[in-house]
Formats: sequence, C-alpha cells, structure tokens
Amino acid sequence: MTTTVDGQAPDGTGDPERAAEPTAATPTAPPAPPETAPADDPFDRDVLPAPPGASRALLGSLLRPHRRRVALAAVLLLVQQAAVQAGPLLVAYAIDRAVPAFRDDGDRGPLVAVAVGYLVCALAAGLLQFAFIRTAARVNQRVLLALRGRIYRHAQALSVDFHDRYTSGRLISRATTDVESLRELLDEGLQELLTISVSVAYICATLLWLDLGLGAAALLSFVPLALLVRNFQVRSMRVYRLRSTAIAAVIVKFAETMNGIRPVQSFRREAANDAAFRELNHRHLRVNGDAILEMARYVVSSRLTANTAVAAVVVWGAYRVADGGLALGVLAAAALYLRRLYDPIDHLGMFLNSLQSAAASLEKIAGLLAQRPSVPEPAEPRGLPARAERGHGREVVFEGVRFTYRTGAEVLAPFDLTLPAGQTVAVVGSTGAGKSTLAKLLARFYDPSAGRVLLDGTDLRDLDTATLRDAVVMVTQEAFLFSGTVAENIAIGRPDASRAEIEGAARAIGAHDFITELPDGYDTDVRKRGGRISAGQRQLVAFARALLADPAVLILDEATSSLDVPGERAVQRAMDTVLRGRTAVVIAHRLSTVDIADRVLVLADGRIVEDGTPAELTAGTGRFADLHRAWRDSLA
Amino acid sequence: MTATPTSGATASPASADPTPAPASAPEPKRSAVRSLLRLWPYVRPVRVRLSAAALVGIVASCLGLAIPLILKWLVDGPVADRDAGGVWLGGALLLGVGVAEAALFGLRRWLVARPLAGVEAAMRADLYGRLQRLPVAFHDRWASGQLLSRATTDLQLLRMFLAFPLTFLLVNTATIVVGCTIMLLQEWTLGLVVLTPLLPLAALCWLFEVRYAVAARRAQDQIGDLTTVVEEAVLGIRVIKGFGRHRSQARAFHAQSDLLLHTELRKARLLAGIWALIMALPEVAVGAALVLGTVQVADGDLSAGTLVAFLSTALALRWPVESLGFLLAMSNEAATATDRFFEVMDTPVPADAAALERETEPERPPATDPAARTAPAAPAAPDGLRLSGVTFRYPDAPPGAPPVLDGVDLHVASGETLALVGGTGSGKTTLTALVPRLHEVTSGRITLDGTDVTTLPRERLRSLVAVAFEEPTLFSATVAENVLMGGADAGARELRRALRVAQAEGFVDALPEGTGTQVGEQGLSLSGGQRQRLALARAVVGTPRFLVMDDPLSALDVRTEAAVEAALREALAGTTALVVAHRPSTVLLADRVALLSGGRITAVGTHRELLRRSPEYAALMTGERGGEQPDGDGADTPGDADGGARTADAATEGSVR
Repeated sequence: MTTTVDGQAPDGTGDPERAAEPTAATPTAPPAPPETAPADDPFDRDVLPAPPGASRALLGSLLRPHRRRVALAAVLLLVQQAAVQAGPLLVAYAIDRAVPAFRDDGDRGPLVAVAVGYLVCALAAGLLQFAFIRTAARVNQRVLLALRGRIYRHAQALSVDFHDRYTSGRLISRATTDVESLRELLDEGLQELLTISVSVAYICATLLWLDLGLGAAALLSFVPLALLVRNFQVRSMRVYRLRSTAIAAVIVKFAETMNGIRPVQSFRREAANDAAFRELNHRHLRVNGDAILEMARYVVSSRLTANTAVAAVVVWGAYRVADGGLALGVLAAAALYLRRLYDPIDHLGMFLNSLQSAAASLEKIAGLLAQRPSVPEPAEPRGLPARAERGHGREVVFEGVRFTYRTGAEVLAPFDLTLPAGQTVAVVGSTGAGKSTLAKLLARFYDPSAGRVLLDGTDLRDLDTATLRDAVVMVTQEAFLFSGTVAENIAIGRPDASRAEIEGAARAIGAHDFITELPDGYDTDVRKRGGRISAGQRQLVAFARALLADPAVLILDEATSSLDVPGERAVQRAMDTVLRGRTAVVIAHRLSTVDIADRVLVLADGRIVEDGTPAELTAGTGRFADLHRAWRDSLA
Repeated sequence: MTATPTSGATASPASADPTPAPASAPEPKRSAVRSLLRLWPYVRPVRVRLSAAALVGIVASCLGLAIPLILKWLVDGPVADRDAGGVWLGGALLLGVGVAEAALFGLRRWLVARPLAGVEAAMRADLYGRLQRLPVAFHDRWASGQLLSRATTDLQLLRMFLAFPLTFLLVNTATIVVGCTIMLLQEWTLGLVVLTPLLPLAALCWLFEVRYAVAARRAQDQIGDLTTVVEEAVLGIRVIKGFGRHRSQARAFHAQSDLLLHTELRKARLLAGIWALIMALPEVAVGAALVLGTVQVADGDLSAGTLVAFLSTALALRWPVESLGFLLAMSNEAATATDRFFEVMDTPVPADAAALERETEPERPPATDPAARTAPAAPAAPDGLRLSGVTFRYPDAPPGAPPVLDGVDLHVASGETLALVGGTGSGKTTLTALVPRLHEVTSGRITLDGTDVTTLPRERLRSLVAVAFEEPTLFSATVAENVLMGGADAGARELRRALRVAQAEGFVDALPEGTGTQVGEQGLSLSGGQRQRLALARAVVGTPRFLVMDDPLSALDVRTEAAVEAALREALAGTTALVVAHRPSTVLLADRVALLSGGRITAVGTHRELLRRSPEYAALMTGERGGEQPDGDGADTPGDADGGARTADAATEGSVR
C-alpha cells in the first residue's frame, strides 16, 4: 500500500515551518519473497549507491534542454528585481532633488521624472514578474515531467531481480514523494531563494553606491547572519532527521494496523495498539515540538541581529546627516532599503530546508537511475526461426546454466536440460529449491550467472523484448489486475485482440461465467464498486491473458495456488486443448498438476535430483514417489 | 498486499474516496468556517496559549509599525536639530523596539509550539483509535493510503493552520487597521491615495484564490491518477514484463503526464497574473503618494520625516495585505482537511451491545470496552455455532445485485469440526467473517451456544472466537508476541504447544533468535507457508471455544499439510470449528462437510456421503462431474449447478485482504 501526498498547500506564503514538514513516507510494500539477499546490502537502505556528483549531473541533464529558457528566466528576474529595488532610490531622488528643485526653482522636471520613473518601475515589476513566473513554470514543469518519465521508464527497464529486492513501496515513493519535494523546491523555494539572493545583491550594491560607509555596515551585518543560518542548518538537519524517523514509525504502525484490520479486530488488539501508537505518537510529538522551537530560535536570533543592525546603521547615518556628511534623502533611502534587506531572513531558513530535502530526494532518485538493468537489451537482436505452424511449441535448452546471488550464494548448481518442443514439464520441490529461479531464467527475468538458455537454438540474450515476450509468457501466483475493465485486463495478453477473441479466451479457461455475472460483465471496472474479484478469479483472468497471448512457451509459476479443484481442472483442460503443442513449464506445490505433465523434474537444494515421466517417478522410490504417496493418501 | 484491487489504488483524492463523501465532492455551499469550528474540542485545551499567541503577534506586528514613526521623529527632530543626545535616544528606541519585536516573535512561537504539536498528536490518536474500531466493511471501501494521508498530511496541515493562518488572519487584520489609522492620522490625503488599491487588491486576491483552488484541486487529482499509473506499473511489473507490454503502459503514463503538465501551466498562468497585480498595483499607489508627498514637502505642508515614515508604513503594510488571499486559501484547505478528518470520525462505530450509551461520544471512542464484564453469560448447555436464515449483502453492492448469502442455515454442534465447501466466489470467506462480526449480517442471526452474537460485546465475542485467515498477516513484533495475541492468558507452555500443532517449531527454533525473532514488515520476512503456520498457531494458542479458519493450509506443501492436520485434529477436540476448504485434504480435518451454493447451504454430510449424493460437491472435490468424465468444457456450461454456485456473487474473497 502506498500514500500519495494530497492536500498540499498551494504555494509559498511565508510560513517558515512549512517546507520542513516531512511528506508522508511510503511504508514498504509486502514482505520480500523468501529468496531475498542478506541483510547488509544497500537495498535495505533507502539510498542506492550512485557515483559522486550524480545528483548534480542529473539536474544538469534535466535542465540542459531548457538552457535558453533558463537564461531568459534569469534575465527576467535580474531586470525585474532592478525595477523593484529602484523604489527607495526614487524616494531619495525625490527628497534630495525634486523637493528643492520644485520649491526653489519651480522646476517640475525632477518631479515628473520621479512620477514617470515610479510608474515605469511599478509596471515593469509586475509585467516582468508575470513573464518570469510563466517562463520558470515552463522549465520547472517540463523538468518534472522529464524526471517522472525517466524514473518511470527506468523502473520499467530494470530487471525483475531489482524489483524483487527494491520494494515497490520505495520505488513508488521515488516517483511520488521525492519528485514532489523537488517540485516544492522548484515551484516555491527556488524562485523565492533566487529573488532573495538577487534582491540582497542589488540592495547591497545600491547601499554601497549611495554611501560606501552605510553599504559596508550593511555588508558587515551579514557575517553574524550567515553564522546564524549555518548554525540553524546544522541543528535543524539533526532535529528534522529525528522527526522524520519518528513520523515514519508512526506511519508504519498506522499502515500495519489498517492493512491488518481483520486480525486486529479478531484478536482484539485495539487497546494494545492504542497504547503502542500513543507511545510512538508521543515520541513524534516531542521531536515535532523540538523542531518547531528550533525554527523559533532561528527566527528570534536572526530578527534580533537584523533589528540591531538597522538601529546601529540608522544612528550612525543620523549622526552623519547631522554633521552634514550625508544627504537626508540618502538616509531615508538607506532606512527603507535596510528594512527590505532583512525582511526575507525568516524565510531563508525555510528555503534552505526545502533545498536540503530536495537534495536528499535528488540523491535517492539519482541512485535509482544509476542502477543498470542486469538483463540488458541486446545490441544486435537476432530473430527466432519461424514456427512450424501457429500453435507449435519451441525447444528450450539450458546449457551449463548456473545461478548465484551477487553475494555468491548458489541457487542453482550448473546443469544441462533440454525441453523438447511441445513437452509439458512439471517442476516440484520444496520452498527454496530453486524452482522459481529456473522459471525466471527461462522467462529471462534473470540472466544465468554462467551458461546460456537457448530458445530454438537462439540465446535468450540475443532476442529483443518484443520477440522474447511473443514467444515466452509467464503466469505467476500474483495475478495483478490493472485498473480498467476486465476485458482490458485480458487484452494485455494481445492488445489487438477482438472482443470475441477475449471472450473466447475467458470461456476456454472457465472465467466467462463469473465475468458475465459482474455488474457490467466484461466492461466491469476492476477497481470500482461491485468489482470485488476473488483471488481465484483473478488467477483465471491471468490465465485468460496467457491464452490470448498464445505463446510458444508457457511458464506457470504457482499460478493455480488460489484456484479450487474445478478451476484447476479448467486450467489443465485448457492446456490440454487450447495450448496443446506448446512447450510448458509448470511449477506447483499441488501434485494434481503433475497429472497432465509429460515429464517431472524434482529439485532439491538447487539441483535436479529426479527427472522422468510421472509414471516412472511414481513407481520408483525417490522423493517424488514419497510426495505422491502422501498426496494420494490425502485424497482418500 | 500486492495485488489486491483496492490496496494499490491511491488514485485521486476525490475519485478514490469510494464513499459518497460529502466533503470530497466539490460542493458549492460548503461552509469553511463551519468545518473549522468543528476543531474546537481539540483546540479547547490550548485556547489560552493560542489566544495569548495571537495577542503577542498583534503587539509584535504593531511594534513593527512603530519603527517608521521613530525614524520620522529621528529625521524631523534630532537630525534636523543636530541634537546628538536625541540621535542616541532615537537609536536606543529603535534598538529597544527591535529587540522587543524579536522577543515577541519568539514568544509567540514558543507559546504554541508544543501545545499545537499536542493537538496534532491528539487528533491522530483519536483517528487511529476510531479507525481500529470501524467495521471491516469501512476498511474495504477505503484505500489505506487515503486513511494514512488523513493521519499525516491533513493533520500537519491543520496544525499549521492553527499555528499560522488562524493567528495571522487576526494579526494581519489588526496590523492593517492600525497601519491605516497611522497613515490617515499622519496625512489623510496621502493615506487615501495609498489605501485606494487595498480593497480591490484584497478582492482580486480572493477571486484568484477561488479559481486557483479549482486548478490546484485538479492538479492534485491528476497527480493522484499519475501515481496510480506508476503504482500499477511497479506492482504489476512482472505482468508487464511477462507480456512485454511496456509500450501501452508508457502511453498511459505519458497521456497522464501531459494532462498534468497542462494543468500545472494553467496554475502558473493564474499565479503569474495575480503576482503581477500584487507587484504593480500597490507600487503605483505608493508612487502616486510619493509624487504628491514631494509636492507637499516642497510646499512645506509636510515634513520630510513624515514622508519617509509614511512610505515605510505603506511598505510595511504590503505583506499583511498580500497575505490575506493566501491565508484565506490555506484556511480553505484546512477546512477541507478538517472535513476529511471528520469524514472518518463521523462514521459511526456500529453500536455494541450493552455499550450503546458510550457511543454517544463520537470524538473519543472508548479505548477499551468495559461493557465486556456485563455481558450476558452463555447458557450452560452448549449448543455450538448456529446460523439461522443468514442473509448478507455488501453495503456498497449495487441495489439490484443478488445477496452474497441468501438464507444460510447451518449448525456446527459443540465440539464438532465442520468444513465449508463451495465454488470460487460462493461466499465462503464472507460467511466466516460474519461469525466474529467483521461484517454484520443483513438479516438472520448467528448464535454461539445459544447466545446471539449481536448481543455480545465485540470484545467478548472475539475472545470466544479465534480465526485464521487465508492471507496470514503478521505484525511487526516477535514470533512469540504474534502467536500469543491469540490467547489472553496463554504463556510459554501454550506457545510451544501451538507452535507444535502448526508444525512451526522447527523453523521457529532455527530463526536467529527463536521465538524472540522480530517478524512482520519491519522484521525478518518469512515465506507464505511459514506465515500461514504462525497464523494457525495464533488461532489455536488460546484453545478457543470457537474457531473459524479460511483455507488455513493453502500455502503448505503436501507433507507439512498432513502433519499439521494430524496435530490439529487432536488440538480441536473440544473446539467448535468451522473450516473453509478448497481441497479434499483440508476436508479430512472435519467431521462433517457443508456445501455452500447459490448463497445457501445445499447439502450437509460426511465427505463420503456428499461425494455420493451431491454431484456439485463431487465436481468441486474431484474436478469431475459426479464421477462422469468431463466432456469438452462441460463443467463450465452456464446454468448447471456448478455455474450457479459461481454466479451467486462475484464478490466475497476479493474483499479479503
């Protein structure tokens, strides 16, 4: 299960507490399959290793296509800020020039200049702001679009072994929360941060130009301010990290309870959960308060520094005006500028935080994008020989194939195996024997660590995806349904299939009846009300998909586990009729499946320990005979 | 959790709320104020500090307005008179006011920091407590992501609303009033010039917020839809890869992305427009005031100091005015968050027997159910489990749909184990959920030893009935804790016995820390079969009076299944048990079998009897039609008994996560 962040506040209003809020983290998805790697690999942490500078390179590559717009936005902002900051200068000019000129000489020229200047600046500030926001938004939104697209495509390109280890929850939170924090920075933080920097630079320059002394004094005040900001950054990072850990604990507990509401209520865990939740919630409350107070500390100390600086500069300036060393208008302008100069420091803390959180997100995304698919597309794809006739299987050969985890643990010891075209092979063995791995090698979800897998003599690694997926289809235990109608879900097997073909496939697998009983039949949306579809029914839909795809090689990995006996029989019948002649590999812990197999492989500890026809093995004295006897007894 | 249709969907906030939620629907007449007033019970405990903070904010803000006045005094007095002492005094005043302003800023934040974090926490705890007690039917309808976002994002938003917009709407209004008064008092002509654009500006900001909120909402919905596409692409990766369907998924993704881009650019256009106005309009007014003021200074009607002070005040008022629009928007959003929060809190927890009067206090559901003690005692002569005329229809089922269960009569004698068999989607799982009242029967009654389950407080009922689900859920806790959840008074001895019955002793002892090993989402991940065995141990650890199991052995291999069954038969000796079975091997656990078909129990008897008597049962158990050979696709011909069983409902098991 996952969380999207909804209910975001619209845009930057100046609450310094806002950007620092942790976005709802995504609790991790289902427990990893039993065959996961050991605990100390980087997949257990959120951040995947990325080459140094990857975040920066990523950002650069995202911005590069838009460099002209970025340059335009920069120019717009520079000019806009110049127009904004001209105000106090015009005040100084009005007091020092226009007043005397008007009073003494009756000269309206300077006054008109002030009026025109102010009008032009005001209008320019508005128009340029308009242009800047639109330009920046075009860049930002396209960058986000590109980033989302990249994460999406990359996640699709990465191999199944990656997905086995990197939980779906984390992957989804990369594409949602992490992109979201970058969006916040681009939409709200960055623009504000740039505006602040440019305005500070302008104001300092103007102050220096107005009066070297006043300017220098203002610059000097930035030393303590910079120290304060730095100190705040360090301290806030620590407390925010604590806070996000605390909220993550709350979220995990919450999600666990909601997802397991049946056992929670059945076993009367409510009171115990309340207590545990109170504890976690309280911990978050404490550290949340700490975080808010940290911000308060920063605001007080920076505001104090700023106000002191204003007072000191004004007193000094006043002295000099009194001495005649400074024009009154200049002092007035300086005072106005000083107020403006220190106005944004409260917000600065907030933007730095959003910068930090965006940087952390970018790092996570860069780490994800740095992952290379372990099952790459071939550089020069080769084709498959034409099938003898439609509906004919293909020969599968495992040649010296071995499979180990990256950590070195061996899953499948080197073996050779030939499955003639059209043969149905059942693979049995206990959990962890390597059955699924065998299937995944054939589907090229994994590549073997050594040796090769050949399909009609062609190495799977030389086939492009389209050819491979046309030829080999795997149906797994988890029959995932996509949002959309039942018909659309079946059509995943062959998108150009007609409605008649879709219904034909459903009929062949015995799914037609329950589908027509759904509120809208084949057009029932599987995610909508009334669309409750049981686990067994989902598996039937998955089978209909496979039938429609009509592959040369079909792999069933525990694909009948949720079916009842008639459902299982329907599948077996379909394999016997519709799929007759295809090469099939069937993995099942229920031995009824073995009945339809031409051949049985028994796996134990990564080795094929028995291989023969069901009759041979049943008659023998090996493991399969034992298992089969136990199973038959259970039917008695 | 991976592949259930509901859990994956975190679609748009509006469309994913399957309830006819009044708050999520864009209702034109919704009153934000009324929504926000509902927060009062939570705000009440911190009302003193919150008002104090608002007061401090007003004072601090007005102090800020005093700074231009001091500047004026400084320029017109000591500076003009070359009075050194006066300059020092002015400086000291400036410094004093500055320090006071900073201190008050800090004080305001300090006053509310911890109390408001407390409000957030209290609301979260209440929400959690409520959700735990809402019926399973509620959870079926709500994606857990939707609930989670209420507990996190929405509550954070509410805390920030209390800390910021609520206070600052007051503070800024006060500041604007005081500032305007100052300006008008100093020079009313200039004051009027500067104030002219204020009203239209505030109105424009408001107008903008209304339109922007619509665009923002649409963008949020589209982000939700995009997230759904991403989620499905990740959760269904094996299907996509298995069928090589990257391209069609990517098309959907890009279509969604483009929609979002369009909306975001529209948002930016709106934003750019309002910002242009905010920048330009007040500046034009200030410019006019400057020109007018300059003339007046030249004419000697106005001092230079007053002009400076005037302009500084005008400058200082800009933010309070601009911010009104945003503050109102944030308040609006907080109102939506409040509605979303109370959407859950207002859902009634079905009245518990003997606890009716307690439920009149909706905000704080009772942490424990003290009514348990007053429950009527079960009669002495045990009658076992009895269902009479039980009908069930999902509360959200379309009105015309046939009920899932349509008059089920079933009796499991005391101490007996009864297997429940039925076609896919016949309502077996639904039926098991009715006994511990995870769902409420639509009509009919269920009795335990003669006591109607609806007259028992849930707490008591669920302590009588233990369950094991097909999808075994372990919590983030140790193995021992997970198992012992099943029995209130169970200790180490019972734990060992339960593990032995479930054939889990071997693998549990091989875990790094034995029964003390952490499992669940944050612990060691176990295989499906291992989890199922622990769930089974949990069900039997308390030697319950009643036991309900849904296909409890589905993930076990043949050998383990046989061993578990042998041990279980022994353990179930004194227990009245109802076991959903898909396969003959599980049926063997039972003394008798009941066949569920078309929403009713159509046959009851021993396994052998039913094999002989009921062709449908035989078909379910052997896959063959009453001993005949299957002819073509005979079993799937619509209209036959088997088909009928399937048609009864397409529902049941899908709802079980």
